[in-house]
Amino acid sequence: MKYLALPLTAIASAALAQAPAVAPPLVGQPSGLSVDVTAEAGDDLRIAVPKLATDDVRETVAGTTDALGRQIADVIAADLRGSGLFRPLGPSGIPTVSFAEANAPNFAIWPQTGAEALVSGFVRAGGDGNLTVGCYLYDVNLKSELKRTGFVVAPRDWRRAAHKCADMIYSRLSGESPFFDSRIAYIAETGPKDHRVKRLAIMDSDGANHRFLTNGQNLVLTPRFSPDYKSIVYVSYQQRRPHVFVYDVGTGRQRLVLSTPNQVIAPRFSPDGRTLLFSMSQGGNTDIYKMPAAGGTPVRLTNSPGIDVGGSFSPDGSRIVFESDRSGKQQLYVMNADGSNQQRISFGGGSYATPEWSPRGDLIAYTRLGSFSIGVMSPSGGGERILTHGWQDESPTWSPNGRVIQFFRSTPGRSGTSSVWQVDLTGRNLRKIPTPVDGSDPTWGPLLP
Amino acid sequence: MKFGHTLMVATAMIAVAGCSKKPPAELPPAPQETPTPEAPPPAEMGPVPGSQAHFIANVASDRVFFDTDEYNIDAADQATLQSQAAYLKQYPNVRVTIEGHADERGTREYNLALGERRANAAKNYLASLGIDPSRISTISYGKERPEALGSDEASWAKNRRAVTVTVQ
Repeated sequence: MKYLALPLTAIASAALAQAPAVAPPLVGQPSGLSVDVTAEAGDDLRIAVPKLATDDVRETVAGTTDALGRQIADVIAADLRGSGLFRPLGPSGIPTVSFAEANAPNFAIWPQTGAEALVSGFVRAGGDGNLTVGCYLYDVNLKSELKRTGFVVAPRDWRRAAHKCADMIYSRLSGESPFFDSRIAYIAETGPKDHRVKRLAIMDSDGANHRFLTNGQNLVLTPRFSPDYKSIVYVSYQQRRPHVFVYDVGTGRQRLVLSTPNQVIAPRFSPDGRTLLFSMSQGGNTDIYKMPAAGGTPVRLTNSPGIDVGGSFSPDGSRIVFESDRSGKQQLYVMNADGSNQQRISFGGGSYATPEWSPRGDLIAYTRLGSFSIGVMSPSGGGERILTHGWQDESPTWSPNGRVIQFFRSTPGRSGTSSVWQVDLTGRNLRKIPTPVDGSDPTWGPLLP
Repeated sequence: MKFGHTLMVATAMIAVAGCSKKPPAELPPAPQETPTPEAPPPAEMGPVPGSQAHFIANVASDRVFFDTDEYNIDAADQATLQSQAAYLKQYPNVRVTIEGHADERGTREYNLALGERRANAAKNYLASLGIDPSRISTISYGKERPEALGSDEASWAKNRRAVTVTVQ
């Protein structure tokens, strides 16, 4: 993908140099405006999101700059609404902002809309065929600018500029790291329960730009992105055997990285992308292994006489959380990345599966068995919290900023289906992610590079 | 120049075809006793030895069942596998794959390992009866290929299985 993002400050100043010649207000004035990601009940911040202005309506391969201004505002508003922390107003039904006003808003009119914050911006088509998108955040009551940012982007990647603008607003007002500009891989499911057709698919964090990557001929399971989004590792059954494949997102080619007569399960990349972690069964005993992502000899990390499966690296790559039934039931364990110092961390009664280490490092998400709920606990095992209550919720995956969890929810019976859902770390803002067909095994990648 | 952002809302119409159940004008003739045809000679007409149909016709069952999260071979499983071992001794060129399965009430990855454990338990029992383990491969489908589709104990019991499949 060709996305021309200059370093943030450089982009911002470049964008502003092309903006109307109005003296910009001081950046980063203190403001009382904020949203609280840990709040129990929502007192959502009202933010006006008018259509982004353009100085000159020009055709691009993705439509006119005028149309793109409207579409970008729509995506910004949808991202902010979906976070559960904001109540966006507009782009319809609120005053429009001219190009000249993009960085010099008429503060007199905005309080009447009920907005506490305003995001304005502009879209310009450059001579090189790229778009410059400027994005400004204001405190309406203090009549001050809170932050500004700008991007140079190929027209077909306009949604990324919108997500990046929404990320800027979310970060500035919540104090959290951004997460909208990211992608999800998952397994798209169709067909009856006993002959499910499963296809590898990817989409943006809001479900847009959906693409099927495999044709459904072979059973595919448990995808995971490489940290640079260039590859997806997954299990595919071919010639009646499970193999580990890596899909190259750029070329669409699939590379066989591990083929053995043994059962291979749940491959995933290390945070630096150089190592693959996976499980392999031999004679009824399943252990966790690692091997170079480019291919090579597997090294065994666990050797308990039981099922050790589903490892997930800590963000610094130094430790691995996994599940094992060595004590009789499935429980969570943490070990060093070389397999040493294996310690059980789940002691809440019942059993636990599919641990995933948060990208922030502070929590581990898991499937609580019995109730089939999604929960979180600290890496040392404390502070257990259950976030969801479905018939069967399974396989959490973290947003890049560690504040949101996606998982899949199944419904019972002959016509039971699976779909991808999302919940905040607070347990609030539970919602289904729109996918063209049923879905399972979601995996959320990092912030796009 | 303007461009209205258009929301394309695809509305799925589910047409429910009404079943017309009018009685036919003329009733079909009452069923008649049909003469039983002469049974054909069984020779050369049955399934080919080594085929799955032949295997199923000549063993107690092609599958054994397991309790929740268990993989032990109980007395009923032993009887089934003994009949499979007898078949494999009678047809020493036949090779088999044992497919291990789990019910839906488990996580995907663990169930793949559990299915492998079940297939392996069946393989080990056949080996203990004198079948060369190199004739037996195993594969797990976890919860991916249920046989019974309900979400109830009876369905789950049918799905916790290891199925012996001949390799042609």
